[in-house]
Formats: sequence, C-alpha cells, structure tokens
Amino acid sequence: MTTAKHRSGLPIVLQGRDLACRRGPALLFSGLDFEVSGGELLCVRGPNGCGKTTLLRCVTGLTRLDRGTILWHGESALRDPERMRAGTAYAGHLPGLKDDLTADENLEFALRLRGAGATAARRREALAAVGLEKRQRIPARRLSAGQRRRIGLARLFLDPAQLWVLDEPLTALDDAGQALFLDLLDRHLANGGLALAATHHRLAPPSGVVRELRLG
Amino acid sequence: MTEASALRARAAPAKAAEGSFSGGFAWAMARDLRIAWRHPDEAVLTVAFFALVASLFPLGIGAEPQLLARIGPGVIWVGALLAAFLALPNIFASDYIDGSLEQMTLSPHPAIGWASGKIAAHWIVSGVPLTLLSPLIGLQYGLTPDTLVVQALSLALGTPVLSLLGGACAALALGARGGGMLLALLALPLFVPILIFGAGAAEAQATGMTPMPHLSILLAALIAATVGLPFAVGTAVRIAVD
Amino acid sequence: MNWFYFASPSTFYGLAGRMAPWCFVAAALLAAWGLFLGLLVAPTDAQQGAVYRVIFIHVPTAWMSMFLYFLMACYCALSLIFNTRLSAMMARAIAPTGAMMTFIALWTGAFWGRPTWGAYWVWDARLTSELVLLFLYFGYIALANAFEDPRRGDRASALLAIIGVINLPIIYFSVQWWNTLHQGASVSFRGTSMHVTMLTGMLVMSGAAWMYAAGATLVRVRAIILERERRTQWVRDLGAA
Repeated sequence: MTTAKHRSGLPIVLQGRDLACRRGPALLFSGLDFEVSGGELLCVRGPNGCGKTTLLRCVTGLTRLDRGTILWHGESALRDPERMRAGTAYAGHLPGLKDDLTADENLEFALRLRGAGATAARRREALAAVGLEKRQRIPARRLSAGQRRRIGLARLFLDPAQLWVLDEPLTALDDAGQALFLDLLDRHLANGGLALAATHHRLAPPSGVVRELRLG
Repeated sequence: MTEASALRARAAPAKAAEGSFSGGFAWAMARDLRIAWRHPDEAVLTVAFFALVASLFPLGIGAEPQLLARIGPGVIWVGALLAAFLALPNIFASDYIDGSLEQMTLSPHPAIGWASGKIAAHWIVSGVPLTLLSPLIGLQYGLTPDTLVVQALSLALGTPVLSLLGGACAALALGARGGGMLLALLALPLFVPILIFGAGAAEAQATGMTPMPHLSILLAALIAATVGLPFAVGTAVRIAVD
Repeated sequence: MNWFYFASPSTFYGLAGRMAPWCFVAAALLAAWGLFLGLLVAPTDAQQGAVYRVIFIHVPTAWMSMFLYFLMACYCALSLIFNTRLSAMMARAIAPTGAMMTFIALWTGAFWGRPTWGAYWVWDARLTSELVLLFLYFGYIALANAFEDPRRGDRASALLAIIGVINLPIIYFSVQWWNTLHQGASVSFRGTSMHVTMLTGMLVMSGAAWMYAAGATLVRVRAIILERERRTQWVRDLGAA
C-alpha cells in the first residue's frame, strides 16, 4: 500500500500495524500497515469518504481503533499515549480557534496547551512570518478564513512537535499562504521531523522524502 | 518572498513539550476567564435569571411575610440551582464546535488538569455571582442575617459541586439529540442531594437548629466531587470527541 | 475451558435463548409460592391490618431496583474498561426492567403509605432517593438512545450510570441517617425482627423478582444483539432459516 521510492535513511519513528476502523456500519479500512521515518512526508490519498480523516484521527488517538497498534519510537502508543501526544501536532478540519480571542492570544493559548510556551517576542515573529503582523490584536472572528488558517501555520512554526498530522493543510490558503506552508513543511522535514498529511494536492517539499499511502 | 525567507532564517525552538496538571489547570482558567471577561453576558444572565425566578414565587404564592420567610431558603436554593443548570451548556459547547476540545484531548497536559480548570472558571462566572447575590434575595424574603450567612455558605459549598456534576453531564451530552431537556434529565436528579442538604442547612439555621451537619456533608460532597469528577469529565470529553 | 466463549454476542445469543424460559418458569413458581405465603399464611400485622401485605411486592421490587442498578453499573464499568460489546448490551437490557421495578416499588409504596401515614407520598429521604433512582434509569436510557452511533451511546451512558451509583448508598442508608417516616431496616445480615413467615415470603418473592428480571434481561439482550449484529453472517443465516 505504501510506495517507497527511496527512504530518508533516518530511523523509523511512527508505525501503524494491522489497523482497522469502523465508523457506524462501514468498515473504512482493515489490515493497514505503514511506516514513517524522520524527514519523510507520508501523503494519504484516496476518494472522498475512504477514511483518510479517520486514519489520521486514529493515529493521533482521537478516534478509537477497532484493531491494530500505533508504534511511536518503537513503543505502543495505545498503552502510553502521553509520550506520543507531546511529540505530535494535529491540524484537523476544525481550527481550534476562539472567536473572542485575538490572533496573538489564540497563538499563545494554542502553544501553552501544547506545553510549549513562547515569549511575546517569538509570537510576534511567528505572526509576522505568516503575514499577520498587522492583525495580531484583532479578534479571530474578524479575520478571514485564510487568515485564521495562517494562525495555525504560526502555531506549527513554534510547535516543537516531531510529528505533524495534517488534514487537508492547504484548505483556504491563497497562493502566498500555500507557499508559506510548503516552506514550513520543508523546514520541518529538513530538521528531522515527519509528517502525515491527507491531501489531494501534490506536495513536493525539496528537503523531504515524499511517499504515498492509498486508501479505498 | 520575504515571508518565506523569514521562515527559513529561523529555527524552531528546541524545548520539548511537557504537560502537567497545573499547566493544564492554569491554561483552562486563564483562557476561559479571559473569554468570559470579553463576554460578560453569561454571568449577567445567570444572575438575572436567579433574581427573576426568586421574584416569581412571592407573586405566585402570595407575599405574606411569614410564609416567605418559611419558604425562602428553599426557593433561593431552587432558583440558584436552575440558574446554575442553565449555564451548563456553555462549558463545553463552543469548544466542541470549534475544535478546541480535540486539541485539549491531544494535549500533553493531563485531562483532569484542564477539565478542573474549565469547571473552576465556570463556577467563578456562574456560581460565585449567585452566591454573592443570594443575601440580597434573602432580604427580599425577610430572612434573618444569620440565615443569610448560612445560606451564602451553603451556596458557596454547593455551587461548585453543581458545576462539577453538571459539567460531567454536559460533557456526556455533547453531540446528543435532545438538547436542554436531555441535560435536565441527566443533571437534575444528580443535583437533588445537594439541594436537600443546601436548603436544609439554611432552614436549620432559620428554625434555630445547627446547620453544621448539613454544611459538613456539603463539604464532604465537594471534596469527593473535586477528587473524582474531573477524571469523569475528561473521560466524557474523550468519548465525545471520538 | 475457554472462559470467554460466551462473551461473544453470537454464542451468548444461543445461551440466553436457552436460559430465559427457565428463568420465567422459576419466577412463576417462586411468585406463586411467595404470594401464597404472603397473602394467606403470614399473620395479620397487629397495627397495620391486612394492607401491610403489599410489603411482599414492595420490598422485593425495591431491593431489585437497587440491585439491578448496581449490576447495570458493573456491566457499564466492564464495557468501558475492556471495550466489550456484550457488556454494554447487557447494561442496556437491564435498564428498562430496573426502571420498572423502581416504579412498582414507588407505586406499591404509595398504596401502603396512604392507609399507614395518611398520604400517598411523603418527601422523606428514602422515597425521594428512590424517585431519583427512577430518574437515573430514565436518564441512562435517554442518553444511550440520544446518539446516531449506538457505540457512542453505550459509552456515554455507561459513564453516566457509574456516576449515578453514588445514589445507591444514599437510598440504603437514608433511613439510618435521617429521622424519617419510612420504616427502619428490619432485615439485615445479622438477623431480623420480623415473623419468620413474613421473612420467608419476602425472600421468596425477591427470588421471583430476580428470576423475572434475569429472564426479561435475557430476552431483551437477544433483541439488542440481533439489532446490533444484523449485518453479520450468523444473523443473516438466522433470518434465512
């Protein structure tokens, strides 16, 4: 199921073995295996409704697996989820932003929730890097969809997580935003991070190895 | 592109993510209180509802002073309980809808931390105003000062338990059909013992007996709820987010 | 011997089907004997007259209402800890019978209360907490059925049932903790203060209630199993046969 053109050479960090998940009456996938090493991006592809989002949520632990294990650095993540949670950043369909808080405050609380505090100066840098320096103090409800996604990019910029789990990461981003995201991803992979992304776009970060997992 | 090159020039911080109970608790309190500060309607509405309900009884039953003094403690407790109940959906509803609850369950901070923090913040926004307003309502009912004190004390001990029990029920009912009525069916039966002891404390004081047994039981309930329920809330949220 | 053989819905379905009729037969026999003892053999109470005989339905159903809730909560805990399907189905199957027992206990209690205390209902501690128990059953059933996904309903309602267990000690000890109108405990593990035929009658009727509850639960869980597992091969084979 996984196409391995070439590997990054770094040790395997994330493994899924014999994964099966049922949502309601439908069995979405079963007997699924995959591996991701440092410096690799695994793109999950398939038609709508084939279980891409569910697979990502199962990897993070949001959704329960019916069968199978997730291994994080060789140890079962189901038995000890705390270790994997510290090292994983999840960006799903729902933005996780509060309308009443400003862009800066949303970023601050998102990072604190991840256990990674960042000083006001660092946050300013990050928001400037994603093009929101003039909109730091505006409540999130007054930002456009693309701008709200950029707050998520700023969070990824400052998050020390090793694994990024991304569900349709290019949604609502304009061309500049998409280029920003690709640069972030490239930087992350170059530093030895890994990413699992459900997307129908072609992602081609220069520094990382891109592999594919097809569902459905 | 200047933005992209600005990104390339920075390195991500090397500090690893760490979670702790106090980290999660402080996070939830700070965030929820800040949001509540920007939108004080909830606190104001809760208090207004309390005052309104307490005003309905004399209008409905008759304003004879002895009768009012007799039913005062109970009515005040029922009013506070209903007001606290109505504030319950707000604890988790918006976080559930915008995806913050997902991020919370994925956080390295243990669930009991941020669950306790959210409920504590909710109590500060709903339970504390009710407790502070209760002496004024009590005066309307002609209760004596010592009864007012015991009433306020019973509310101070009881409303956190209501927030904890109600928070657990609100988390369980996330995403369920049936809305407010379902939540009422779940939460109000669990509230009954607290109501009995809370109103009982004020009534005991009003009739000249000591309220200490009632208050002690409320305190015991508070301790038990504080120790046990945040874990249930965390589990309920995990079930809701699945 | 494989202890978990019957932990699968498909095998338990058959076992439940074989056990249920025996439970109902036992219930009928015990009820006949118990009512005979209660209505005909046991002596008339000196103070309360003949109306006290409702105790032979009231007390067993009250005991069962608490016992069934406790059993339901145990199944709920099992289903949450081990993530088993059948435990959750058993809990759901117990709930309606438990609610019915609670209702009968309250209703027969009202029958008894009217001539004895002068009122159908008094807000004393034991009655109030028994009423709360009825609402806890209703809440459990409502929450379990409030979700599209039945497994989600199982898990949410299981947690609710476990939280509500605290009510059971309150009901049980309420007559000791408060000076209330309700009669104190006359039956305990250390002995009893009542006439031996009364006690026998009550115990026999409790057995009858227990057998009835077991039979009703088994029949109900069979229906739940069929509904949940309707897409599996063994259920389709049953339907074709």
